[in-house]
Amino acid sequence: MISMYTLILGIALLVIGFYAMLTRKNLIKIVIGFSIADTGTHIIIVSLGYLRGKTAPIIDGAVNAVNAVQEVVDPIPSALVLTAIVIGLAVTAVMLSFIVEMYKKNKSLSIDDYQELKW
Amino acid sequence: MIKNIAVLLAVAGLLMIFLPVISGFQERDNLNELAADYVDGSINDLGTPNVVTSVIVTYRGLDTLGEVTVLFLATVGVGLLLKGNREDMIKISPLELLETTSSVLVALIMVLGIYIFTHGHLTPGGGFQGGVVIASGFLLLMLSKVNAKISHSIMNFVESFSGVAYVGIGIAGIVLTIGFLNPGILPLGQFGDLFSAGAIPVIYSLIGLKVGSELTSILVTMRGE
Repeated sequence: MISMYTLILGIALLVIGFYAMLTRKNLIKIVIGFSIADTGTHIIIVSLGYLRGKTAPIIDGAVNAVNAVQEVVDPIPSALVLTAIVIGLAVTAVMLSFIVEMYKKNKSLSIDDYQELKW
Repeated sequence: MIKNIAVLLAVAGLLMIFLPVISGFQERDNLNELAADYVDGSINDLGTPNVVTSVIVTYRGLDTLGEVTVLFLATVGVGLLLKGNREDMIKISPLELLETTSSVLVALIMVLGIYIFTHGHLTPGGGFQGGVVIASGFLLLMLSKVNAKISHSIMNFVESFSGVAYVGIGIAGIVLTIGFLNPGILPLGQFGDLFSAGAIPVIYSLIGLKVGSELTSILVTMRGE
């Protein structure tokens, strides 16, 4: 049941982030929206890997090495999310650097002042 | 007006995509075949207590190499974009409290970071987490000692050394064992020891050094040097 709640939380965060990316005018706020959506995706993926009543996939005092397969949650979503967090960090750093450059050129953080990609 | 409707439609569309995920969602009771194989293999073939680590370093090792490459490209991109930003750099002298505590804390944070990445195969943690902790130690150093110079050449050396060694270990896996990035080039050792699990702790330590130096380079560049 708990993973149902975290799944809904993740989807809510994803939608909030997506909405922020579409409606905000400030470039920094768009990046914040991206980060929120990114976090939502991570929570969704981890929720999908949860198994009822099982523990983290690390063999120590709490998990018996012999029948570990019956006692741990899915390790693959955790590994994927670890990858996704690092990539999200890298992408955010590059986006913020682009914003610094754009601000230096046009002295504006509003997306309305950048018409190049407008259709 | 038309913009608002378009935004609402897009958000509603996104929700529609996820509706079947919620309505059809059921907590599973058992691992699927692949995951069960990974858990089993991690314990019996690789001798790694932390299954997530063995997935990242060995079973999906190639993905991790790609991930490290993406992080490297991001570092290069940030460096290229923010090159020579020093004219608008603001220098604020730090509070005494920050300065005093940081002289104690920086060393402790570095040790914690190194602990996290060397024990990545035993405890929750690993190269990426440890690297980020080390970079946060450098961030504290930069905030508390505004004039501290962090040598770009040392950072570049650590970063390229660990990258080359990572790929070198991978190629050694082809030559000595059955495939690229196979940790079997070193003995497995006793299950649960620090020096065990073959080359996994070595690879994860190299990843930790690489991530730490890359993120520190990003921070140094963003500071405007």
